[in-house]
Amino acid sequence: MSTSTTDPVTMAPQAAPVSEDPALRAARRERRMRILMPSLALLAALGLWEFLVRYNEIPHYLIPAPSLILETLWKDGPSLLSSAWFTVKLTLLSLGLAIIGGVALGMVFALSRTIEMSLFPFAVILQVTPVVAIAPLILIYVDSTFAALLICAWIVAFFPILSNTAIGMRSADHNLRDLFTLYGATKWQRLRYLLIPSALPYFMAALKIAGGLALIGAVVAEFVAGTAGQNTGLASRILESSFRNEIPRMFAALLLVSMLGILIFLATSWLSRAVLGHWHESEIKRQG
Amino acid sequence: MPLDTTARSSVQGAAQIEMSHVFKRFDNGTLALQDMDLTIRQGEFVSLLGPSGCGKSTALRMISGLLAPSSGQITVNGHAPGKGVQGGDVSFVFQEPTLMPWATVFDNVYLPLKLRGLGRKQAEAQVTEALEMVGLAKFGGSYPRELSGGMKMRVSIARAMVTKPKLLLMDEPFAALDEMTRFKLNNDVLNLWRRNGLTVIFVTHSVFESVYLSSRVVVMAPRPGRVVHDMALPDATTRDEHYRTTPEYAETCRLVSDALEGTMDDVDLNH
Repeated sequence: MSTSTTDPVTMAPQAAPVSEDPALRAARRERRMRILMPSLALLAALGLWEFLVRYNEIPHYLIPAPSLILETLWKDGPSLLSSAWFTVKLTLLSLGLAIIGGVALGMVFALSRTIEMSLFPFAVILQVTPVVAIAPLILIYVDSTFAALLICAWIVAFFPILSNTAIGMRSADHNLRDLFTLYGATKWQRLRYLLIPSALPYFMAALKIAGGLALIGAVVAEFVAGTAGQNTGLASRILESSFRNEIPRMFAALLLVSMLGILIFLATSWLSRAVLGHWHESEIKRQG
Repeated sequence: MPLDTTARSSVQGAAQIEMSHVFKRFDNGTLALQDMDLTIRQGEFVSLLGPSGCGKSTALRMISGLLAPSSGQITVNGHAPGKGVQGGDVSFVFQEPTLMPWATVFDNVYLPLKLRGLGRKQAEAQVTEALEMVGLAKFGGSYPRELSGGMKMRVSIARAMVTKPKLLLMDEPFAALDEMTRFKLNNDVLNLWRRNGLTVIFVTHSVFESVYLSSRVVVMAPRPGRVVHDMALPDATTRDEHYRTTPEYAETCRLVSDALEGTMDDVDLNH
């Protein structure tokens, strides 16, 4: 066996360039460690879990071993994945609608104090009332369960986008505002070239929060709805497994929910870096 | 050397800015400016000099049209401030560089032309010329955060000059810079003024800076803000770095300092 296969690090996409700079080498080492260490820790934890479950002969309906969870995931894969797809649809759709609604209303708020004063209380009421408490009502009023779930998830994800967009647009530098006035900028030019770029860092911060919240909203709403049947998401599968005492499947579904959350987090973080990386302090990598 | 404190200026041109009986009272009741009369002619370099609270920035903002007077009359080229001119005929340089952090140096300088509706390609020559004027031609692709304080200020000046303004308003533009950078930029501004025949109104609290730059120094006093001296300075068009060490310069600085001294009597220095 060649030595290269024993190298546990496979993250670097290309061969490391020959460099005599020790600082560069240290930086690369640091990057490798940042991936290696958490992976090893995770593997160790899983190993310990597996060992404790087997050694103490804990029954799988109390705590299943990781191997059993993986096996369940494989066995129930198709049905679990279709549930995951339902949750993904719900999450992304509600996030999309939250972005559209939040940005549109946030812009209106930033441009008109009167409208903001009139409508802001509604936004706050929506925000502070726990979605679990409103969900039953929405489920009564809205015929389609999917639409009802969508509304619940939307309510949770909407507010951070709205408030950050409004604050962001108002955060535009006052001297730059004066400059736009002096050069006779139109309302549209001011919005396009000053207010939107100023609001972008705030919006990106909101997106990271709202992405996670949309998933939470989707899962919580489904828990409240307690839907059963063919068209169900991961939350229903968790409930259903719990009723049937199928703990390994519960864990498997839970694992999928977490992975979904992680994916959303990674995607929004990547987007933020891609959009702000070249100018905003929050995303700039410092040398040295 | 006799200083003619009544003459308008050695530069003869048409009256470009006229302020008569201008008052400004802020909403909180502060009288920022009391009965200001000022006529500025085409081609002058006028410094508004005074301690903080003397209304010099307020006067500048009113000339730009960003602020309306409470009473009195201001005309710029025969029009109300901010009216009857194309955006960019009057340029403003703030105390901070006031650049858009998300845009490159080129795009920051391009902004005034973009707001006029000029395409990027059409504007390229003008933007490049403005950047060359301040010695930053090579930095068009950089972002503001990659530049030093002095370079950022020069980008700000290039942006102000890109529209070839007839009137340049500067509000303590170099107050936050170190002395060496300030001297360098002083010379840049002097050169721009001489080469382009524009009118400059320069707000500062530095006697040395105002004497080095101006053809005329208007000394202002606080509480309430008002004009107390109006002094024409000689030889404004022939000064160079050497002038800073001449006896004439020292003498003029002393005279302007004395004029300023009189305004400081009622200033509480503990503030």
